[in-house]
Amino acid sequence: MSGLQDSVWAGDIQQLKGLVSERALSGETIVLNMGPQHPSTHGVLRLMLELDGEVVVNCVPDIGYLHTGIEKNMEAKRYEQAITMTDRMDYLNPLGNNLVYCLAIEKIIDLDVPPRAQYLRVLLAELTRINSHLVWLGTHALDIGAMSMFLYCFREREKLLDIFEMVSGQRMMSTYFRPGGLWRDVPEEFEPAVRDFISYFPARIDDYERLLTDNPLWLDRTQGIGFLSAQDAIALGCTGPTLRGSGVNWDIRKAIPYSSYEHFEFDVPLGQHGDVYDRYLIRVEEMRQSLRIVQQAMDNLPGGPVRSNDRKYVPPPRSELGTSMEAVIHHFKLWTEGFRPPEGEVYVRVESPRGELGCYLISDGSPKPWRVHFRTPSLIHLSALPHMAKGYLIADLVGIIGTVDIVLGDADR
Amino acid sequence: MLDPVEALTGAFPKAVEDAQEFRGEITVIVDADSIVEVCRYCRDAKGLEYNFLSDVAGVDYYPQEPRFAVSYHLYSMVHNRSLRLKVYLSGDEPALPSVTGVFPAANWSEREIYDLFGVVFTGHPDLRRLLMPDGWDGHPLRKDYPLGYETVQFSFNFDEVDKHKPYARE
Amino acid sequence: MGVTSKLGDLGIVTVRLEDTVNWARTRAMWPMLFGLACCAIEMMSTQASVYDLSRFGMELMRPSPRQSDLMIVAGRVTRKMAPVLRQLYDQMPDPKWVISMGDCASCGGVFNNYAIVQGVDEIVPVDVYIAGCPPRPEQLIHGIITLHERVKQERITDWA
Repeated sequence: MSGLQDSVWAGDIQQLKGLVSERALSGETIVLNMGPQHPSTHGVLRLMLELDGEVVVNCVPDIGYLHTGIEKNMEAKRYEQAITMTDRMDYLNPLGNNLVYCLAIEKIIDLDVPPRAQYLRVLLAELTRINSHLVWLGTHALDIGAMSMFLYCFREREKLLDIFEMVSGQRMMSTYFRPGGLWRDVPEEFEPAVRDFISYFPARIDDYERLLTDNPLWLDRTQGIGFLSAQDAIALGCTGPTLRGSGVNWDIRKAIPYSSYEHFEFDVPLGQHGDVYDRYLIRVEEMRQSLRIVQQAMDNLPGGPVRSNDRKYVPPPRSELGTSMEAVIHHFKLWTEGFRPPEGEVYVRVESPRGELGCYLISDGSPKPWRVHFRTPSLIHLSALPHMAKGYLIADLVGIIGTVDIVLGDADR
Repeated sequence: MLDPVEALTGAFPKAVEDAQEFRGEITVIVDADSIVEVCRYCRDAKGLEYNFLSDVAGVDYYPQEPRFAVSYHLYSMVHNRSLRLKVYLSGDEPALPSVTGVFPAANWSEREIYDLFGVVFTGHPDLRRLLMPDGWDGHPLRKDYPLGYETVQFSFNFDEVDKHKPYARE
Repeated sequence: MGVTSKLGDLGIVTVRLEDTVNWARTRAMWPMLFGLACCAIEMMSTQASVYDLSRFGMELMRPSPRQSDLMIVAGRVTRKMAPVLRQLYDQMPDPKWVISMGDCASCGGVFNNYAIVQGVDEIVPVDVYIAGCPPRPEQLIHGIITLHERVKQERITDWA
């Protein structure tokens, strides 16, 4: 057993000036460390809490425990090689990360994407959104005390992972979207599997709602905490369900449609109060709307190729390699040297399950990106967390951390 | 709805240095000292109303001079369009004013740039390292900072790497 | 397990001590609830309804290191996290085991850079490595069973 000296913080209390209130320095309030190893911080988030009894006076997040150096590492890889890195950034939304990076490359070289690929991208991105919301719902409910939700949500999630594995060969890190289209076309079994999911899932969402939406325990734990007004949400940079929970109607899929989202009909659910419960309702409704988009994409899925025909940037189909010398040359050049986009810089944003996911890509004309920067929703939402948590009980903090739906891999990169 | 380049050059003839367009994205290059006023004007001026700061990103153009750049991605929810403001900074002791007073969303993004590039934001309320540990040496995203590659252990060089590899004990 | 009844129907069975201890240790090996990155999500899948880790007496993830026997390092370990990880390991009571889950924890994986520790065995001694990025739940279960087999081989003379 270690002595008391080890468990008492050895630092200078004056360092904390500015971070905590003056009352902590006199000992009136206590400073408590939470994390980085804590069951309800969704990974390795560390919070320094200043508590007055049970009330959170101040909350100072400390992140970086999962800083992977992805942006630096991508600069050392060629454009095509770096896609694998994006998967591992926000690991609940791997296809969405692929999508934003591929869209940025396509914008910088002005590359066309065939309609079939665009529709499949939308379809898979929406399935990923459902997947992410399922993990969120399961863990959020588990944090607040509804254990069975976790088991139900992960049961449905396995069906989605089977679909991702079917198209790409991997359950989570699929790297399925490539610049100019997709890795390859979906297999025959894809359509029956998706249709099966579409018919199976709505009843399951009803189950979740029956368990939670009117449950008095759930209402007590989620209503009236974690308020965020619309003005504050915009000023703090909140996006996605966190912003829409405060009643601001801004969804990038509607405002700046990408990848043919303008062809799809769906509603954007909005909250009224901007508390934890409203954001729960929005995410549950978003799952329904995502399913609508999946249904439409499946019904109207166009035929044709799934990759652009621009051979300077997109590898030729495997079948051509045996017959065409030109195809062999293109294939060889692409896989040994990579492609060279024109010089320039672009910023592309997509609506990830958490909010605005942006990719700022700078090309200097070489096969490797000069700078890739990801604007990740989790980072910005975490910076808004102190604003949402102040003044509530420490027990509510768990619900507030859950409601912003942070993924630390997304925040730290 | 005003044209952002015309409006900005009209309002800040000295601060706006250049304006470019690439793939439909407008970049306005602004002098470092007046970035706060330009941001406030972009947010408040009638007809511009870029009320949402999406992102602040740092760039290192080593070995060029000016070496560093900071890009602000503004978005107008009113007019549904975006604008990029870009500030170039010199290589030695890069510093510029913080825009957290105009856009609180910039708080952690600026801390991240300070951490990873070593660009100082004067007037920032809480400028500490964000991602790396406090005692970390150097700024990892600078181009002259090594990636930190370690030799990968394969079967042909297993013993050689194994000799130098540290192993933990109980 | 070599249960033998030597005294007729008196209800007494005799076993070897080390077999019993090893049996007890493998049948209730409590892992620490310690998720780092992507692999943690697969670790959660392993516990959830479809793969159901409680079949192996492991449904109870302990959030406190003081109550856990097994540390599953699920995900990439950064330089900032490394001291925390070692401290958690030191806080676990003996006997304790470590499973390194996934490529990043085992060898750094695709992230060969300044921020990531190239293999968690530089910080804590690892008993079982699981490959994959991330490993499937079946692979994790296989790794756990491999660890159980190892624990069953332990002898009293090693404990001293």
